[in-house]
Amino acid sequence: MQEFLQQTIVANFNYWIYVTLMMIGLYAMISKNNLIKKLIGMSIFQTAIILFYVSLSVKGTTDEVSIPIIHHHQEEAEHADHGGEKKGAAAAHHEPHAIDPTKYANPLPHVLMLTAIVVGVAILGVALAVSQLLYKDYGTLEESEILAAIKELPSDHG
Amino acid sequence: MIPSFDIILLILLVVTAIVSLRVRDLLSATMIFGVYSFLICLLWAEMGAVDVAFTEASVGAGVSAVFLIATVFNTSRNSSD
Amino acid sequence: MKFFALLAVSVTWCLLIYAARDFPDFAVPDSPANGGKVSNYFLEKTEENSHVPNVVTAVLADYRGYDTMFETVVIFTAGIAIMAILRMTPGGSTGSGALPPAVPRRKRTFDGSELIVSGTCKLLIPIIQLFALYVIAHGHHSPGGGFQGGVILGASFILLAISRNLDAALQRLSEKRYLMLASVGVLIYAGIGVMSLLLGANFLDYGILSQILPATDAAMARSHSMLGVEVGVAFTVSAIMFAIYANLSTAGELKNGL
Repeated sequence: MQEFLQQTIVANFNYWIYVTLMMIGLYAMISKNNLIKKLIGMSIFQTAIILFYVSLSVKGTTDEVSIPIIHHHQEEAEHADHGGEKKGAAAAHHEPHAIDPTKYANPLPHVLMLTAIVVGVAILGVALAVSQLLYKDYGTLEESEILAAIKELPSDHG
Repeated sequence: MIPSFDIILLILLVVTAIVSLRVRDLLSATMIFGVYSFLICLLWAEMGAVDVAFTEASVGAGVSAVFLIATVFNTSRNSSD
Repeated sequence: MKFFALLAVSVTWCLLIYAARDFPDFAVPDSPANGGKVSNYFLEKTEENSHVPNVVTAVLADYRGYDTMFETVVIFTAGIAIMAILRMTPGGSTGSGALPPAVPRRKRTFDGSELIVSGTCKLLIPIIQLFALYVIAHGHHSPGGGFQGGVILGASFILLAISRNLDAALQRLSEKRYLMLASVGVLIYAGIGVMSLLLGANFLDYGILSQILPATDAAMARSHSMLGVEVGVAFTVSAIMFAIYANLSTAGELKNGL
């Protein structure tokens, strides 16, 4: 009963925290004046979404479910089977090392999120380069001062 | 995945995110962003996503924070909010 | 302005929390994401298709290899874009005309106080690079792979630049060299794919490469090609991570680094 209650509270609580993190990142991107704070907000938003996806791949507590790296406990049956490698062998041969998918975490969201993390760091690099260029041109990194400086410029068509 | 550990880490995550955005000094904001990155790496390792945790540890706390610090050094360190 | 932002964010928060009541339960083995056929196929058949225990590396480099190739291209493009952005001349952009205030830089006094940092890093950096090579090579059996090892390798060069001088790092990995390294990485990845095309199979279908690799069958050929592909990714990622740092910390000029 205690475990069931804890499971329900933890289940909903997780999703609330993910949504809260996303909204913190979104608020920072909209309303902060400094450009670097906006970029930190963008990174927080990104990692919150990745956290949500990775949490979809959990299948249970660590007592039952392991990481998605396949390990074999029966060594002798392994060696006997690898001696004659027959593809499409009878089901009886696959019995000793049949892999039970419910004992491993789901690998598919991990793969997709690996790409997302690396692309996120590339985006951060490019955004930081653009903000350095803005600093070189306007002398400040605050959004309100940059907007005011742009309004005062004579009309220019580049 | 251990439920009590989960809850503590998630609350710490929200606290770190809010603090990183409220601090005026940009260098401190970057440091706390590095802490946020490392906490989320711990959370993923505890959920069983070891590859994702490895990548976040090296990329988030290692490389991303260094890029932010390099930019803060080339521009200004104070922020108005 | 901030009030409206707060209002919009709160409304979105309420809507998302309301939607979150419909989500499947957390951590059950038969939720729609976990009980699908694709993930179970990956978990069951990876070991016999390619003899690689780490399912995430196998999916990344073999089953979804096309994705990973374009991700490498994205990192390469980001590095090139940063170099292009930071080297624009001030005459072309719509500047305000006045020079921005110069960033005051502390004078570096070489009085021996940096001996500890530079001496420790001198001992650490070879070990870090060795560990990075281990992570790349052992990605089939343990968590790791091309990206993680490449980032650690790039970070070791960044550590060299921080502990001593950007010039010390640039002497070892000059601009010509790191650009060539990055291009060679992408070329290795696409080259393995094209080699499969030339032998008659689909693009990035590694099984057919057992005809040219000596003494392998289709499954071991997949395992070896995955290693080759990960090495390509590692080259590109390490070179570009150092390139981005060098360009960001000197605003494109590669002089007077951090």
